[in-house]
Amino acid sequence: MNLRDTLILSFTTVASYRTRSLLIVLAMALGVAAVVVLTALGDGARRYVVGQFSSLGTNLVIVLPGRAETTGGFPGAALGQTPRDLTLEDARFVGQLPQVRRYAPLNVGVAELTAGGRLREVTVLGSTAELLPIRSMKLAQGSFLAHGSERSAQIVLGSQLAREFFPDGKVIGQRIRLGDSRFLVSGVLAVQGESMGFNSDEITIIPIAYAQELFNTESLFRILVEARSRNAIEPAKAAITHVLKLRHDGEEDVTVITQDAVLETFDRILRALTLGVAGIAAISLAVAGILVMNVMLVAVAQRTSEIGLLKAIGATAADIRRLFFAEALWLSLAGGAIGFALGHFGAWMIRLAYPLLPAWPPTWASVAGVATALLTGILASLLPAARAAKLDPVLALSGK
Amino acid sequence: MIRLSAITRVFHMGGQEVRALNSISIDIASGEYVSIMGPSGSGKSTLLNVIGLLDRSDSGHYELDGTDVTDLSENERARVRREKIGFVFQSFHLVPRLTAAENIALPLILEGLAPAERKSRVDAALDAFDLRDRAHHRPAELSGGQRQRVAIARATILRPTALLADEPTGNLDHRIGAEVMALLEGLHHAGTTLIVVTHDRELGARAHRHIAMRDGEIVADEK
Repeated sequence: MNLRDTLILSFTTVASYRTRSLLIVLAMALGVAAVVVLTALGDGARRYVVGQFSSLGTNLVIVLPGRAETTGGFPGAALGQTPRDLTLEDARFVGQLPQVRRYAPLNVGVAELTAGGRLREVTVLGSTAELLPIRSMKLAQGSFLAHGSERSAQIVLGSQLAREFFPDGKVIGQRIRLGDSRFLVSGVLAVQGESMGFNSDEITIIPIAYAQELFNTESLFRILVEARSRNAIEPAKAAITHVLKLRHDGEEDVTVITQDAVLETFDRILRALTLGVAGIAAISLAVAGILVMNVMLVAVAQRTSEIGLLKAIGATAADIRRLFFAEALWLSLAGGAIGFALGHFGAWMIRLAYPLLPAWPPTWASVAGVATALLTGILASLLPAARAAKLDPVLALSGK
Repeated sequence: MIRLSAITRVFHMGGQEVRALNSISIDIASGEYVSIMGPSGSGKSTLLNVIGLLDRSDSGHYELDGTDVTDLSENERARVRREKIGFVFQSFHLVPRLTAAENIALPLILEGLAPAERKSRVDAALDAFDLRDRAHHRPAELSGGQRQRVAIARATILRPTALLADEPTGNLDHRIGAEVMALLEGLHHAGTTLIVVTHDRELGARAHRHIAMRDGEIVADEK
């Protein structure tokens, strides 16, 4: 019997036991769909988190005042020490390092914004012109803080604030009061939405010197540094630590974190999570495989006399084996294909319901899901097929 | 053509030895019409199964068409069954999912014939057995006589040298049974060796050679 006829004949069999076949295909399809959907969710979460971090800027190194490190001493000793301030002067030294492309000092606080009879409390970022490229922010209109503008009273508004305070759309050049000082609106940020729990549509940005004055502080909240390249991130981190240690009397009292490290950790954790859920989903495929085996064993018992007949008219053991084998192949092929479609449909629904979550099933998961379905189906048919092929034709014909 | 020498077949049933065939020796020439008769349990079906290579003997020799087929492998036996033997069963043994035409085509599929060749052979068989208008019906939609005609068409589609029928009319009423027998005898006239196992005396009497069996032995062999 040739391959084509084997496939056709086994397909006829699969098609004629409709309920039985549908149930197996359904079980297989659900298993594959579970793998596809769950990995889509897991990988979607990973992409979402990575995307959020990336939107903070590329090759980013962040300098924080204070040591984020526990020492072996008794608690009081660590508590008693106040870390040295991180100053604008520190930031300038960091900016001079050859590994650093650009830097932006940062102060954050809350102040009252008043304009046109409206008043509300807003988050204020104090920084320099470099903040825009470092944080990969975009302007909707006007211009950002000018270079060397520490002393010019200009302000950049988040898109929502601009809408709220100037509903008529005329924003640029308007005067606005922040705390006790007056500012000139120079630009409006493009809509960016929330990123890392921080809504950039509701912030204002003013020159760093004004911010330090407003919040009455010499100390910086952060220094954001962009390294020259991905490879320069680690050297930059070392150089920054070194130069600040020198400036702080040999005391290493700042913490330098790189976005890459954080990102990599999240990436690893979420990848492991995705693999984990894929594994759990794959168990359902194994269960489907056992179902296939059970149903095939029943089929062999049901069709004993038919197998006897095929042997009587000259089918070899290999012919019989291949027929059952092909039957399992059809079932798992259909299950895999339907599950693939179902899974991608499910992922599409998730993306529709949660547009922020890029729930695209990873290619490896789709391939692995379908391949596992085929493999379990085929493995599950081995035993029943061997049993059918071994049947004694005389006994089989008499239905025993 | 069929030469059995000292064929013995032993079954073990509940610790007891049953000699279904006890040192059977017969020669059946090509083109003969033989009936094998005997009460149930006399070994006549076992004899037919051994002749048809469905069953093995425990001892003795079997020569078919001049070749010793006693010790053939399972695959070789399947090939010999396909090429030289046609089986007709009491309960027809049609595949319920397949149409009459597809059932008839089964041996051709096993033989690996191309679809075009299959179609012309099946068409010829459908005409020969008067099944043309039933070609696309499944066995459940056919009468008993029609089913047995499909089974005979299937058994003869590869033009076997020997046609082995085990109670071919057992599930048919008298009139239809006679029609089926006439059909089988027609095939015999065309040159096929016909061996019929039955316990129906009237049916057995129609053959040209009558073998009677009892307790695994041949008690009479008359022409």
